[in-house]
Amino acid sequence: MEKYRIDQSKGIEFGLYSLGDHIPNPLTGERISAQQRIKELVEESQLAEQAGIDVFGVGESHQSYFTTQAHTVVLGAIAQATSKIKLISSATVLSVSDPVRVYEDFATIDLISDGRAEIVAGRGSRVGAYDLLGVDLKDYEEIFEEKLELLKKINDNDLVTWEGQFRAPLRNAQILPQPKNGSLPIWRAVGGPPASAIKAGYMGIPMMLTTLGGPAVNFKPSVDAYREAAERSGFDPKELPIATTSLFYVADTTKEALQGMYPHLNGGFQAIRGAGYPKQQFAQAPDIRDALMVGSKEQIIEKLLYQYELYGMQRFMAQIDFGGVPFDKLMKNIEIIGNNILPAIKKYTVK
Amino acid sequence: MKIVALAGSIVGSKIKTAISKVVEIIQNKYPEHEVVLLDLAEYKMEYSDGRNYFEYDGDTKYVTETIMAADAIIIGTPTFQASIPATLKNIFDLLPVNAFRDKVMSTVVTAGTSKHYLMIEQQLKPILAYMKAHIVPTYVFIEEKDFLRKEIVNDDVLFRLERLAEDTVMVADAFAEIRAKKDAEYDF
Repeated sequence: MEKYRIDQSKGIEFGLYSLGDHIPNPLTGERISAQQRIKELVEESQLAEQAGIDVFGVGESHQSYFTTQAHTVVLGAIAQATSKIKLISSATVLSVSDPVRVYEDFATIDLISDGRAEIVAGRGSRVGAYDLLGVDLKDYEEIFEEKLELLKKINDNDLVTWEGQFRAPLRNAQILPQPKNGSLPIWRAVGGPPASAIKAGYMGIPMMLTTLGGPAVNFKPSVDAYREAAERSGFDPKELPIATTSLFYVADTTKEALQGMYPHLNGGFQAIRGAGYPKQQFAQAPDIRDALMVGSKEQIIEKLLYQYELYGMQRFMAQIDFGGVPFDKLMKNIEIIGNNILPAIKKYTVK
Repeated sequence: MKIVALAGSIVGSKIKTAISKVVEIIQNKYPEHEVVLLDLAEYKMEYSDGRNYFEYDGDTKYVTETIMAADAIIIGTPTFQASIPATLKNIFDLLPVNAFRDKVMSTVVTAGTSKHYLMIEQQLKPILAYMKAHIVPTYVFIEEKDFLRKEIVNDDVLFRLERLAEDTVMVADAFAEIRAKKDAEYDF
């Protein structure tokens, strides 16, 4: 676990992540400028650090309703604005970028941040980036596998000799700058189903698993499949960290949490997926067994500990800004996370 | 209420004739409801490539967005090789998994022979149920012999189409009312 900078004696890590959400606030119908949104993200990372949150993630999505397409640039600004919080991508759509360039960017962020950068590489659940950046969607599967292998090779070797289908070959190439301690934690971003969890396991790299909603137990097969595949591939699953992610909204009472989150969740789903979030399903969400993180402080703590029992993950990442959530609500969430959630979950997950 | 009548084939006249009849019935009987006819023969649809329906351009975007905005959808489908035509299946493939949640759906089907009378039960309804539609149980099955030169010549079919229009609106009204009552119980 040290290789991935995870110290289990401090308990589970808790992080926040954003895709640079830029959806109008459904309560006012108004949308802040992209500039304000990016500045607020930087400020949010500082508040998160002050609250004792361990990780801050910024991801890229190349279409309407997002602002952090250049997520590495935003992470660079956050690296400069903070001093101890870990910085990850959430995720980097590796398929549409050159792994050499991605590595250069994150090695640089690692140097600016004094060794706090990590890469989370995914294929992207929205396909806008493919057209925009000239990648053929028919290569969706293969291009990612090839690029992830190359990225891992760059991370593991000083000189890289490599040949593949989708990029010019490399001969004894030195990728510079090198990160502070010679390598970076590189994770694979995995959606719900086990297929890509298995691929992460075979490759023996850490997995960040999305568990956006529905019964938490539905994601257990992906966790098991990941560890089994890692073991079959000769890796020790105990040495491989797992992170899970979910949409998140906490308040003093269940009712406040539900009322606070619903308009944003529903509006966000309408904007991004083209259909709102069913009220019936949302009404079930505070149940401890549902993966969607909405509820009172006590309910969120119980949910996290329940999932910790279920998955045994080393890190949990919360998306608190989905659907045009205004900054005061974000601050309130961070405050409760720092004051109430972190002390409780750390206490019970120290190893 | 927004009602969409969808003619699911790009060839032949029978399904167009039947679904146009349903539109006419609804317009006469329920002038307060908005009804739109989508005849796939008039649109150039792309095949689904996995993106969100609203990210397509042109006709594909228009047709899918119109369907997604509907409260009730009446599907007209011919029978091709003991199933629905590929053009209609492509519509379903273009839409998200739970596309028909809170929508009422009913069906008019034509076939060359009576031997296909269970096609809707076996081929179409499982798809609609998977996509979370409230399905009107009965459908109108029309045979080749019920048409003559783009007219329906069997009075029984006309009566059944009237009942289908009525059932569709009634079920949609009922679900809207129940849903409003249920939503009022949630305090968020």
